[in-house]
Amino acid sequence: MTLVLNEEQQQLKDSAKSFVDDRWQLNQLRQNRASPKTGAIDTALWQQMVELGWAAIPFPEEFGGLGLGYAELGIVMEEAGRKLLISPLLSSVVLSGSAIELAGNNDQKGEHLPKICDGSGLYAMAYQETSRHEPANVHAALTKSAEGYQLTGHKQLVINGGSADHLVVVCRSSGEAGDRDGLSLVLVNSSAAGVSIANNLLLDSTPSANITFKGVRISPADVLGEIGNASEVLDEVYARAAIALSADMLGGIQSAFDMTLEYLKVREQFGAKIGTFQGLKHRAGRWFCEVELSRAIVLKALRSVDSASSDLARVSNACKARCTATYQLSGKEGIQMHGGIGVTDEHDIGLYFKRARVTEILLGDASFHTDQFATASRY
Amino acid sequence: MSDLNTFRQETRTWLNENCPASCQGDDNILPDILWGGRRQIIEEPDVQSWMDRLVAQGWTIPSWPKEYGGGGLSSEQSKVLAEEMSAIGTYSPLYSFGISMLGPALLEYATEEQKREHLPRIASGEIRWCQGYSEPGSGSDLASLQCKAVKDGDDYVVTGQKVWTSTADVSDWIFCLVRTDSDAPKHEGISFLLIDMASEGVMARPIVLLSGASPFCETFFDGVRVPIANRVHHENKGWSVAKALLLHERTMLAGGPGRAPASDEKRTLIEVARDSMNAPTGPLPDNAVRAEIAQTEMDQMCYAATLQKAQDAAKAGKGMGPEGSMFKLYLSELGQRGADLRQRLNGADGLIWDGDEFHAEAKESTREWLYSRASTILGGTSEIQLNIITKRVLGLPE
Repeated sequence: MTLVLNEEQQQLKDSAKSFVDDRWQLNQLRQNRASPKTGAIDTALWQQMVELGWAAIPFPEEFGGLGLGYAELGIVMEEAGRKLLISPLLSSVVLSGSAIELAGNNDQKGEHLPKICDGSGLYAMAYQETSRHEPANVHAALTKSAEGYQLTGHKQLVINGGSADHLVVVCRSSGEAGDRDGLSLVLVNSSAAGVSIANNLLLDSTPSANITFKGVRISPADVLGEIGNASEVLDEVYARAAIALSADMLGGIQSAFDMTLEYLKVREQFGAKIGTFQGLKHRAGRWFCEVELSRAIVLKALRSVDSASSDLARVSNACKARCTATYQLSGKEGIQMHGGIGVTDEHDIGLYFKRARVTEILLGDASFHTDQFATASRY
Repeated sequence: MSDLNTFRQETRTWLNENCPASCQGDDNILPDILWGGRRQIIEEPDVQSWMDRLVAQGWTIPSWPKEYGGGGLSSEQSKVLAEEMSAIGTYSPLYSFGISMLGPALLEYATEEQKREHLPRIASGEIRWCQGYSEPGSGSDLASLQCKAVKDGDDYVVTGQKVWTSTADVSDWIFCLVRTDSDAPKHEGISFLLIDMASEGVMARPIVLLSGASPFCETFFDGVRVPIANRVHHENKGWSVAKALLLHERTMLAGGPGRAPASDEKRTLIEVARDSMNAPTGPLPDNAVRAEIAQTEMDQMCYAATLQKAQDAAKAGKGMGPEGSMFKLYLSELGQRGADLRQRLNGADGLIWDGDEFHAEAKESTREWLYSRASTILGGTSEIQLNIITKRVLGLPE
């Protein structure tokens, strides 16, 4: 496992960078605010990303994938994150794709993974029910019915939930909220009877949905994996997602840092470039170190997914906790070092500050991951 | 590739024939480090014999050229050698400032004659070197140093004082920055001299730190005569040598490519916390302490990944440059935080300085905690590292 990019990976990085630069404007985030209730993503843009193969990167070739890994997916996510690009990479490819790949049987994988890979299907994962990311705190009930099962419950923070045609839903088939046992995974068609979707725009212009399920009929063929036994698969899904999201965060971190460093070199006050002032310079130096540490742990974590590392849980905790802290630092220092212009909507640095908070809450903040790290380390 | 395989076979055979059984395996008798020097005494005959054979083969520093006492090995061959040694649980314990700092600078800047005189004695461990850089009036502003060297015939006459000269009291030679031009801008009046500590007028005295006895010394030069031939590189161009050497020092302090960490049989932070909280199993009862320990361990994981990335980049042909400053900065602060947490977790046991009844490891941790305050100062303070990072890596204006 080497933490430097090989030639093919460098080419992927270069092409992803030029694609994002050519096809995506940060200003899109401001424009999206005009229609907060549509929940739509830019499907034309997504199709172009799909054509580049990005949605197929981590899946086996037999299911329409490219048979590459998270090392490669992370490159694409980092480049998208650099410009805060909104796409279903996390929701459809990483979260839903992993759940189907890890829990699904061959029929389910054969039906759904090719749709994720070729973009003909758009998937979202509905897992969270409370303010904080608490994987076992699931009330949404899966109960037996004459034809199979039915699902009743409420989910929030379903990223891209309004655009998805399929939902992967975490629900409880036995036990109490908080139990690790008794969790199940089901696939739900988002137009099924009993599914109602409320669309929201998050503060960084990411489309999100709150979704209510009322007696939604679930065929046994749409249960992913063994009923009541989804916790281990979910651990892996969340670990992968935290790592992939960290790669997206890394792109934003690097952008906010580069943007601010550039400003320190051109902005003048008191007749001098503000980058000459030690009060700012040393903070920039410490910030740089944090960026480098974040980059290294993201590279390591992505490769830990690919090598099926036995330490994946702890690595993903360290990775998400570190990137969360660094993105927070980057948003805050970025604004502070820009001064007045930094708090205006016109300047881009504030967009990174906003994204930092959304990505912090998604899949668990630093204290969540610190706690998980300690638990996984058995103390 | 087949050449490398041949080399591996030959190495295996050589090790088999030359490495004493007592110097192999998990419970080998080798010391963690042998610093070398004329005062070094090796009591175990097997260790002496192993050292003699390593030196004869040039394998104390396999990558240096053969004519200077090294093994003349390519980096691939050095790697094979390290692998083969590690496979039988042995190593070359010789390690010194001569190896990690002076040697690389001499290879870059010294004359052929100087290289032939000094490098083989570093490689054999005959001469132990110390570093004469800082002065009482020149710490972070190293280039303001005042220790003077005035030409007189074939000699310089050196007068002044150096401080933080680690191990000066037990070293044979010192590499020293001296002022040879007081009128020039400060960086342009410095020369790099090699001085025999046995010269008349040299005196070294140990410094006591907060933690007690220390390897640091202050060293006085009172009209010491040093042959002009002992100057490395041009007169008044010593700063270039100094900078190259500081880079090697930072790499060393950052735990960068080089030596393996010394074995550590201390309790882990968790074990200390469990002992002090009387909580042998289960979640630690104090959530804040639990989070602090987890944070420290996650930081260590991130640092290890950062170091690995740099080493992978080096293997791919990119050397460690000014970003060595980042490693020095971060590792020293990380170590300091860990030492502080450990001492604090020791609680009452950690407060005992000495006496009739104490916890030996806690007592040691207290000294390490006090010593750790030096780590963000020596080898360039954290603030100096930040100056280097922001200038050389980030390109911020001065």
